[in-house]
Amino acid sequence: MFVSSAHAASTTDTTVAQGETHGATEPAAPGTTPDAHATETHTETGVAHESAVFPPFDSTHYASQILWLALTFAAFYLFLSRVILPRIGGTIETRSNRIAADLDDAARMKQESDESLAAYEQELADAKKKAGGIAQTAQDEAKAKADAEQAKISAELEKKLSEAEASIAAIKDKAMKEVGTIAEETATEIVKKIVGGTVDKASISAAVKAVRG
Amino acid sequence: MSNDPIHQFHINKWVPIDVGGIDLSFTNSSAFMLATVGVASAFLYLTSSNRGLIPTRLQSVSEMAYEFVASTLRESAGNAGMKFFPFVFSLFMFVLVANMLGMFPYFFTVTSQIIVTFALAILVIGTVLTYGFMKHGFKFLGVFVPSGVPAPLLLLVVPIEIISFLSRPISLSVRLFANMLAGHITLKVFAGFVASLSAFGAIGVGGAILPLAMTVALTGLEFLVAFLQAYVFTVLTCMYLNDAVHPGGH
Repeated sequence: MFVSSAHAASTTDTTVAQGETHGATEPAAPGTTPDAHATETHTETGVAHESAVFPPFDSTHYASQILWLALTFAAFYLFLSRVILPRIGGTIETRSNRIAADLDDAARMKQESDESLAAYEQELADAKKKAGGIAQTAQDEAKAKADAEQAKISAELEKKLSEAEASIAAIKDKAMKEVGTIAEETATEIVKKIVGGTVDKASISAAVKAVRG
Repeated sequence: MSNDPIHQFHINKWVPIDVGGIDLSFTNSSAFMLATVGVASAFLYLTSSNRGLIPTRLQSVSEMAYEFVASTLRESAGNAGMKFFPFVFSLFMFVLVANMLGMFPYFFTVTSQIIVTFALAILVIGTVLTYGFMKHGFKFLGVFVPSGVPAPLLLLVVPIEIISFLSRPISLSVRLFANMLAGHITLKVFAGFVASLSAFGAIGVGGAILPLAMTVALTGLEFLVAFLQAYVFTVLTCMYLNDAVHPGGH
């Protein structure tokens, strides 16, 4: 085994063990021939220096890398698609739903507040109008009442005035009438005193009447 | 050997497993695949567990990743493409976390292995082909026939389209692999300058300032590249999936 010994001289112990194993199994198991062949080409080029085969191009490790990549990546894919992504996606969806719902709520509340503001203003305007109406009515009523009162009082006063005038006229009449009588009596007395005789009563009253006009 | 910039890509067997002569050992690469999946799963699980209506900081990180991938996929493949969302999201998270883990010193970068990126690219193209033929049958071949091209030109255009389709898994995988590999090698080389220059006494230490500054700058750049390549991988995946959903749509 020239290849193996050359290999053994220049490489690490683990690689030597590998090379020897392949060397031993090569005649026994024909099925492993391609793999053993690959090992041989590797060792032939690896004679001069350990890194003559650039490690990433070292095909002896390809099977192992593919296997472990497949295992780990498959597990990773399953874990992400079954557990992680539904979770993160759910969280994000919940959040966006919540935000949309909150925005809807906010829009609805704004509309409600606008409506109530409009209703409030309407009510305020109504109330102002009503208050104005009430004030007007009260003013009118008060004015009417005052007018009525005034009219009533002035009518009463008028009545009292006319009554007073009537009574004054009556008294004046009566007095005037009594003035005639008094004048007749006084004239009679005066005549009796001055003339000393009786004068016909009728002539006296005629004379008084003539004086009074 | 510690200054060898290639050393970081070596695969070491941790648990040798041999099935029928095929080496299926658990290696440092396998361990970091596990770590990638573990870190990504744990982060997503923990940050999404409280399901808060108002997200916490970390919760919004995982939700941002979710919506970022969802909008990228919806933009390129439409609503019909959303059935691939778990797949695309897994790819994005896997590549991103693998790239980011690779930024730790002494950590192994899973995506710097061509076979890993190639397997992921084949997975994408395989999904496109399988779904395309299952859903559209022979009409899926319309992918290779651009609409509005005169018949004589089709003789020329169709082979070009076929070649471009076949080169997709190669470009997809090599882009990611080469970016991660080159970046890590460059970082290691400049960091190596710092170490070897400081061995030459005071002048060497003074001279090491330049590669040190370069290393710091490159580290920043590599973080950008780590994110950007995950993003590019995802965007291209979305565009390819668009072909599966809407063949002949371009």
